[in-house]
Amino acid sequence: MGVLLEVIELHKSFGGVTAVDGVSFDLQEGHLLAMIGPNGAGKSTCFNLINGQLRPDRGKIRILGKDITGMKPRHVWRLGVGRTFQVASTFLSMTVVENVQMVFISSHRKLNSMTKKVSNLYRDEAMELLKLVGVEEQWDRPCGILAYGDLKRVELAMALANNPKLLLMDEPTAGMGLKERLKLMELTARIAKDRNIGVLFTEHDMDVVFSHADFIIVLNYGKLIARGTPTEVRDNEEVKEIYLGSCATGT
Amino acid sequence: MGAFIVQFLTGLSDAASLFFVAAGLSLIFGVSRVVNMAHGSFYMVGAYVAYFVVSFLPKGIFTFWSGIIIAALAVGVLGVIIEILLMRRLYKAPELFMLMATFAVLLVIADLSLWLFGAEDKIGPRAPGLDGSYNIMGALIPQYDIALIVVAPLILIGLWLLLNKTRWGILIRAATEDRDMLAALGVNQKWLFSSVFFLGSCLAGLGGAIQLPKGGADLLMDLNVIATAFVIVVVGGMGSIGGAFLASVLIGELSSFGVLVLPQSTLVMMFLVMAVVLIVRPYGLLGKPEAEEHLPPELVESPLRPAPLKFRLVGLGVLVVLILLPFFAGSFQLVLFGEIAIFALACMSLFFMMGPGGMVSFGHAAFFGGGAYAAALLVHYTNSPMELAIALAPLCMGLLALIIGWFCVRLSGVYLAMLTLAFAQICWSIVFQWSGFTGGDDGILGIWPAKWASNEVVFYYLTLLVSIGGIMILRYLLFTPFGYTMRACRDSHLRPDSIGINVKRQQWFSFAVAGVFAGLAGGIYVFSKGSVFPTEMSISRSFDILLSVLLGGVHSMSGPLVGSTVFIWLEHQISQIPFYKWGLQIQPWRLILGGIYILLVMAFPQGIAGYFGRRFEGTFSVNK
Amino acid sequence: MERYGLILGVVFACLIGFFVFPAAGQVGGTIRIGEINTYSKLTNFTIPYRNGWQLALEEINSSGGVLGKKIEVISRDDAGKPGNAVKIAEELVRRDKVVLLMGSYFSHVGLALTDFAKRNKLFYLAAEPLSDAVVWAKGNRYTFRLRPSTYMQAAMLAVEAAKNPAKRWATIAPNYAYGKDAVKSFEKVLKTKRPDVQFVAEQWPALFKINAGSEIEALSRAKPEAVYNVTFGSDLAKFVREGKLRGFFKGRFIVSLLSGEPEYLDPLKDEAPEGWLVTGYPWYDIKTPAHTRFLKAYQAKYHDYPRTGSVVGYNTMWAVAHMLKKAGCTDTEKMVDAMEGLTFDSPFGPITFRKIDHQSTMGAFVGYTALRNGKGVMVNWKYMDGKDFLPSDEEVRKLRPQG
Repeated sequence: MGVLLEVIELHKSFGGVTAVDGVSFDLQEGHLLAMIGPNGAGKSTCFNLINGQLRPDRGKIRILGKDITGMKPRHVWRLGVGRTFQVASTFLSMTVVENVQMVFISSHRKLNSMTKKVSNLYRDEAMELLKLVGVEEQWDRPCGILAYGDLKRVELAMALANNPKLLLMDEPTAGMGLKERLKLMELTARIAKDRNIGVLFTEHDMDVVFSHADFIIVLNYGKLIARGTPTEVRDNEEVKEIYLGSCATGT
Repeated sequence: MGAFIVQFLTGLSDAASLFFVAAGLSLIFGVSRVVNMAHGSFYMVGAYVAYFVVSFLPKGIFTFWSGIIIAALAVGVLGVIIEILLMRRLYKAPELFMLMATFAVLLVIADLSLWLFGAEDKIGPRAPGLDGSYNIMGALIPQYDIALIVVAPLILIGLWLLLNKTRWGILIRAATEDRDMLAALGVNQKWLFSSVFFLGSCLAGLGGAIQLPKGGADLLMDLNVIATAFVIVVVGGMGSIGGAFLASVLIGELSSFGVLVLPQSTLVMMFLVMAVVLIVRPYGLLGKPEAEEHLPPELVESPLRPAPLKFRLVGLGVLVVLILLPFFAGSFQLVLFGEIAIFALACMSLFFMMGPGGMVSFGHAAFFGGGAYAAALLVHYTNSPMELAIALAPLCMGLLALIIGWFCVRLSGVYLAMLTLAFAQICWSIVFQWSGFTGGDDGILGIWPAKWASNEVVFYYLTLLVSIGGIMILRYLLFTPFGYTMRACRDSHLRPDSIGINVKRQQWFSFAVAGVFAGLAGGIYVFSKGSVFPTEMSISRSFDILLSVLLGGVHSMSGPLVGSTVFIWLEHQISQIPFYKWGLQIQPWRLILGGIYILLVMAFPQGIAGYFGRRFEGTFSVNK
Repeated sequence: MERYGLILGVVFACLIGFFVFPAAGQVGGTIRIGEINTYSKLTNFTIPYRNGWQLALEEINSSGGVLGKKIEVISRDDAGKPGNAVKIAEELVRRDKVVLLMGSYFSHVGLALTDFAKRNKLFYLAAEPLSDAVVWAKGNRYTFRLRPSTYMQAAMLAVEAAKNPAKRWATIAPNYAYGKDAVKSFEKVLKTKRPDVQFVAEQWPALFKINAGSEIEALSRAKPEAVYNVTFGSDLAKFVREGKLRGFFKGRFIVSLLSGEPEYLDPLKDEAPEGWLVTGYPWYDIKTPAHTRFLKAYQAKYHDYPRTGSVVGYNTMWAVAHMLKKAGCTDTEKMVDAMEGLTFDSPFGPITFRKIDHQSTMGAFVGYTALRNGKGVMVNWKYMDGKDFLPSDEEVRKLRPQG
């Protein structure tokens, strides 16, 4: 198994406030890496740096040995990085299957094609992915009227359509019920193992994290304070401090 | 030196009257997101009311200024009445629909003013006590100019205090930044909006009233001031009062000194300033990026589906009627329907970038009129045959759209729309001013169809072929990846970028495609009229196209077709009514047209086609 | 929502009614004439104009009409858009079967109709548009023009202005074809009369958007001895007001095009400038029998005094009637032949439509402005016959496409 993602000494500050402070970690193919930490720990910033939406002040990001620091999101995506958002982001005026078809069209570089109709393009491939994530029955419904949990699954299908090597999932289960959360993460884990995809995700729900992550990194005030297997992290004093401490103050 | 100072002060006093109007407009937009086309009408009414009040009252300093204040308050009340009767019913409709409603109000007020205030221009009374001049190092400046220079910052400070030191002002600022939040706080939005309309309209009325001693009141004031006011609001940053002040000073001074350097610059100066400012600062001088609006679920467009059989049959029926028209209709009907077809193509091209593309243009006439000019110039200078001219016009406009679009797609929302307007005005003024090449406003004459097409029936079929062909191509494009990618870019900002779509480039291409087809419409249009004039590129032409699209609805492909048909037909029908035979001095067609628009807006807040489309869908769709 | 739908339905039904039963009138019993003008804009000019032709129409028809038939005028509004004007022209010709067209105010609308007349071989009498191109550069066999053109009026002023010793001139004119033509013609004629004059400054305010203060300051920097003004309407009001306050007119000789016309002079009231050399229409002091008769009839019918537009409308209608009488039929070619060289008596005196360029010789009054009873008037005026202010035939042949 090779190293998929390397993050080296990442720094980012906004107007004097340091959001990410010298974070380094890496991720192997086929592993699920959870990034946890209290609110404002710099998780989302970290995500947006890796994804290319933000430019780091310092530090490097490599994917499969290729330096992607400062690349635009759409170029990062072409290297094989799928992404889902904290608030599900799909094309609301399109049907479920069309959303996935769009990704296929983009990965085949047919975005500017003016000859064929979309309805005939990559429909079968898209349907297969919908089946995989379990929303195939909803294929012809507009995304605008889908239940939130289903929308999250559609996002997953969209992220998978590019045959990614790496999935970036920002709170993939936010806004879902407990049962659904576990189911979705189970599904994600299975797909990741099957396809040898590395997954980096953030999550609030510790049940989800500890039952599915292979490794965990913990951020606090922009700094990486712990990393390791779930058991290692569970036993880490500093982590306990943060989580217990914050519980103690009642938030 | 004295002359220089006076020139500077004159610029400042011009800026002062501009500031009042722009501040009101900015305030209204900031809170309610209404692009208020009727704001210029409030300005005009303010001037007339002040004129009559001041001439009615005995002369004196006190009565003069009370006249001004009475006028401002009266206009404020007028604003509230319109807000309560009309706007309040429409806040749930798409933002641009409000533009249409306020435009209808503009039309109605224009005719009512003619009827109430008379056709003759009114020269303003002089301000008692301020009717002389000051001598500044040998140059004279009117005392009233100095008074304006003093009053404007006072109003600015007053507004600042109002917005920053009162509870009402804080609510207003909150509403400007986040409307959803305000609703969540349980503030009575209705009355907040009404009060803003009152203040905004008051300021417009004040602007009109206070400029009386510098000119007077006339019936063209509404349209003359509205474009300027919008430019200032946008340059300053929408919703920013300080920005409006800064922008007024900037434009006032640049115009004042501009005439020294280049007297011909008067047509275009303001729009050049706006273009430059928006290119450098996409949200104006002091504006803030707008928060991404979350569409309420009922406004999310439904997915694109192949037309149901019934729709196809209706379309086919219309097509058959159009094709058979020459066999039963008079020859003038062919002219009228030909014009509708051409206009429908122009509207479809705007719809293409506006609906699925999500980019509103206030300057689409640049490409429509531009296409007409391209064809006319080709015929005039190179003697090219009609077929070639019609083929090349869209290409030229595609190029123009690539140039203009490159700048415009960097912006969004109303700023984008205003930048298109700026470029359209720049194009217009080039055509207008460069009379050696384009004929200026004397236009280009003698552009008639080729011999084989000069028969009216043949030309009608040619028009149908080009227009319907163009419309069908645009329609087809929406079903292809190109069209889907456009919609993808409109639907979400995050998602396209994370699946490899270059949003700006896609918008740029869509802009160009819209330009191509508007150019095609213009190319055939010029041959149907035989001549072309700069009016075809003017703001009012752009708004004709925009209104037609809104009339039909921006979420339905049949929208632009229905809208343009209704627009041309209505305009034509009303122009036929022989009011003068019934002893009416004026032709109240604007009143009637405005009234019908208001009814249409009330009855079909989704556009005519949008409304019927939804009904249709609700009844026949299998998916819901 | 349904309520509005219902009202809309009624409105649309009414409009369709107009569509199905257009301009009900007996075809054959009358001679139909199409008339197009910008009635919904610039109403201060076009309403008196309509009053003028309606008065003439009444006179013509009450004296039995022409060729044994009454004249019927179908009057339409072009909203100031050339595209609309052409569409309406098509409709008048194709559907309403009018025998000729008359009217229009804006030059670009007039030019669009000029070209339309040429292509459709249709008789067109341009009433108001001032552009020189209507009869010269774009002139054609089928188009005639009544009102003295920009060139003629500018030339009348230039000839008078040449008598003033001023050498340094400045100009201010609205930034469009009319303004440009008016300045060019004035400069040309003045320079031929007075080779020693110099034009030292120019200003081109956008039409009805003058920045009067700034532009006056800019002009006064060049220290002109005389100023030629072409602005009108609300621009003129602002120009006058600012110029007075800024001492711009003091000691300067001001020449101003059209400013003596009641349309533009009367709104100024007691602010009307004094001592300006202007073209205009001093209806209050013209004592010729022809004018007095017109004035009385006009005042009796409308309880208002005539404006320049009234005379233009009146003369336009009468010109058509005289032409029809002379032609003896409504055949276009015969009407054109009859119009060429047609002479008739108008309130301003005899007017001829020149064969060489189809321009009428209707003139204008040139005089000085003054205040009388708190109102601007023209004094020391004289009528300048248009025929004396047109270029030589040779020059016209060069200006106008021949053949």
